This record gives sequence, C-alpha cells and structure tokens, in this order.
Amino acid sequence: MFLYFAANAYGWKIIEGTFGASVLFGKIPLADPYNIVQILATGFVVGVDVLIGGLIIIAFYALIGGRVFCSWVCPVNIVTDLANYLRRKLNLDSLETNYRFIKRNTRYWIAGIIILVSALTGVAAFEVFSPITIMQRGIIFGFGIGAAVLLAIFLFDLFGVKNGWCGHLCPLGATYSLIGSFGFIRVLHNHENCTNCMKCKIVCPENQVLHMINKESTSVTSGECTNCGRCIDVCDDNALKFELRRFIKKD
Amino acid sequence: MNWQNDDRRKFIISSVQSVGLVATGGALLGGYVTKAKSSPLVLRPPAAINEEDFLTACVKCGLCAEACKNRDSNIDRSSGKHKEATLKIATAGDERLIGTPYFLPLEIPCFMCPDIPCVPVCPSGALDIKSVLNKKKELDINQAKMGLAVVDRESCIAYWGIQCDACYRACPLLDKAITLEYQKNERTGKHAYLLPIVHSDACTGCGLCEQACVTEKPAIFVLPLDIAKGRVGDHYVKGWDAKDQNRVKDAQILESKTGINKESALDYLNSKDEF
Repeated sequence: MFLYFAANAYGWKIIEGTFGASVLFGKIPLADPYNIVQILATGFVVGVDVLIGGLIIIAFYALIGGRVFCSWVCPVNIVTDLANYLRRKLNLDSLETNYRFIKRNTRYWIAGIIILVSALTGVAAFEVFSPITIMQRGIIFGFGIGAAVLLAIFLFDLFGVKNGWCGHLCPLGATYSLIGSFGFIRVLHNHENCTNCMKCKIVCPENQVLHMINKESTSVTSGECTNCGRCIDVCDDNALKFELRRFIKKD
Repeated sequence: MNWQNDDRRKFIISSVQSVGLVATGGALLGGYVTKAKSSPLVLRPPAAINEEDFLTACVKCGLCAEACKNRDSNIDRSSGKHKEATLKIATAGDERLIGTPYFLPLEIPCFMCPDIPCVPVCPSGALDIKSVLNKKKELDINQAKMGLAVVDRESCIAYWGIQCDACYRACPLLDKAITLEYQKNERTGKHAYLLPIVHSDACTGCGLCEQACVTEKPAIFVLPLDIAKGRVGDHYVKGWDAKDQNRVKDAQILESKTGINKESALDYLNSKDEF
C-alpha cells in the first residue's frame, strides 16, 4: 500500500497504479479479476495487459489459497478491524446486538447481481462505490466525500452485523473465496492439543470455517478463510498452525 | 410426511426471499450506476475513446494521472518537486464516474507534452494510442481531440471592439486552432475588431485558451466534442464538392405518392380539436 502511495507522491517505480490495474517494477501488469469480469460483462474487451494482469493475480492467489488478499492486502481491512476491535472492547458481541439477518453467502448473490447490473448499465457497477478502491485512491490521490462509504462500513460493522462487510457482503471477497478454494497454504487444526477455549473462534473473522475445532484434526479447507493467522496467534495450546495443504489424505 | 412439507415450504420461502432481496438490491444499484455515469460535461485525457465506451473500458487504475504528475516537465523550478497534475481522478462528489480521470482547463489545462506520458501507460484500451499517432506513426499530441473551444460572443471583449488576443496567443497551435478575423468597427469608424475564431479541425481541446481568457468567467471554454458540435446527417450533399458528390453517385430516385385527402379543408378548421 505504501509503495502505491509512493508511486504517485515520489514517482517510485516499484508498483504503480491502483488495484484496478497496476504495474510492478514498470513491467509486470497486475489487475483485479472481479473488475475484469464486470467489464467483460458490459461487452467491452479490455486491453491485453489487463487480461494478463488478471490472470497473474488469479494464479497467485489460487496457488497461495484462501483470501490472502482480504487479510494482508485490502486497505478496508484497517477500517473493519478497528470496528471489530471496538466491538470486542465495548462488549457489543455479548449483547443482543449482533443481528444475524444477513447470511454469509449473501456476498455470492451480490457478486452475481453486480455482474448483471454491469451488463445492463454498461459500467463496471461495483467500482462505482467499491470501498476498497475508494480507500486506496483516498490514500494515493486524496479522499473526497467517498470517505462516507468507509464510515458507513465502519458503523455497520461496529453496530450492525459483526464482520458485516468483509464476512457477508463484499463481492470482491466472494471472488477471492472462489479463487482461493484450492490453494496450498492452509491452517491445520490439531484436535489432541485443543482445550476448547474458543479464543480462535472469537477472533476469527470467518469463524464458520473453524467448524472442526475440538472435533477432529484436519485443515481448514474453505476458501472463505482469509489465512490471516489470528487464530494461530491467539491459540495458547499449539493446536493451530499453517501447513502446506495435504492433497493425499492420511488414513 | 409433514416435516417434508415444512422443509419444502421453508425452502420455497427462503428462495423467494433471496431472489426478491437480490432483485431489490440490483434495481437500486442499477439506478445509482445510471445516475453516476450521466455526466456528459467531462473532459477526458488525450486519446480517450468515446465517452460511453470510455466509462466501460477504464479500469480506474490512475496510471495516466500518475504519469501526468510525475512527468519531467511538471517539476516546480523553485522547489524541485512535482506540481499538481492536469489529470485528476474523480472521487465521490465530483459528479463524474468515480475513479476515472478528467481535467478542468480553468484550473490546470493540458500542456500538450510531445511525448504524451499519460497515453502509453493505459493498460485497458480506454486511451487509444492509435488516435494520437501521425502518418509517420509517431506520437503527436496535435492529433488529440479532448474537446473543442467555444467562444461566447456576448462576453468576449474582442467582440466589443476592445483589442484582446489572450486566447490567440495562449493557443499552442497558434494561428491554426484559433485565428483572428479582422472586421471594421462601424461604431468608431476607424478601428478594427480582432475576433477570435476557433477551427474545430485543429483545436485539440487542451484548454490553455480557457485559462488565459481575461474575463471573470471565461468567454472561451472547452466543451466535450459531442456537446460542442452539431451533426448534418447524410441527407445533405455538397454538390460543388466532387468527393462529397461521389456519395450519391449510385443513388436512385425513389418515387412515392401520397393520395389527396378526400376531406374538405373546412372540415379541418371546424373540427372539435383545440390546437
């Protein structure tokens, strides 16, 4: 993120552009695959650089696995993590304030309908209000009223649904869930060491993926896992760790 | 059997709910997007493809704006740092599609860099480099068509008879894009009008004239080509122009007959319809 900012402010050539499309070391193109899908849906064929960039990004995240983009790259994470932190401090989770009226799979619906709207209106529809690019452009080029979208997400995550944006609504997260379903780096649970303290489930932004805790020793296979590693950090019993995914099951 | 029925009912209800909510969201978003893209009065970087396709093609990466800012010719001589760039990236509230590049000539016009740094960096095809290549296949900023300068005669002081050639002097295509037309000033009987005339075939829409204009609100300003220009259509042919006349070389006469109305003219006047 800082490298992006420096590209505009100081003219550095390490990585330039925004997540929509960027250039690494002045040569290698990178591009946002969901953005490309939206543009293709409008019937416009984007430049070759963008298509190659999109494939590089897909290949990279597909290989690593999980939503690494969400936990390690996405700038909105700063906003939603702050909301989450305050939620825990203010004890909002324990009160009857955690409205679960939005389901986890809502994001896939949203990702789909946005493609449809893009096709009908002729404009990449998510990019019009995407808090991810608004935040990023805000940092690189300066914020506008667009910051209101970020405030809305902050308040929604704080007072509305826990992990509301990242865990329920964000169509880009949905895209990376699908891309990251098959990757290599995964969290492995060791049932023998687990004391069932549930710290991992409290801290996990996508705690439905930790369904195996204290039940069986297996790895987290869901693409919705962001590979953020917070569960590993909070675990006092050495029951969780990163591993290279085992494709051959041990019996 | 009963629990099966219940399950089925739940499934149907939740399916209908999901579809309904998604449709609601889609309709809202569709409305918002349609509104967000309806900003015709916007000037795009050189070599931009037509506005409707541009809105689709642009991936909002901002590479053009970064290239514009970090070009060598944009360094402030006193501080040695890069000045603010011509190209801005729209944020919410700018009334332009968010994330797309544009420029405001009155604030910072396009300085028409010969190497056009903003265009080759575009990865998406929203800026079409072919449109700014000359016959020798070299980059040529004079091929750009960002817009067209338009003069408001009422507020242009040259049309009052005051000598002002600020726009003429500011134009990078001096005496090509703007020429001065001399006319006799009948009011004084001994002075001439020096009237700025913009030529759309040469004007690139860079906006240096708009910035140079001396009036409080510029009397010369750049509009997007679509808005500044009319269109004749195919119906009129310049009979004196051999090339244009060639268009109707193979034309055939189509005769159509319309029968005479059987009703009397008086019936029309005495009809009950009010006009």
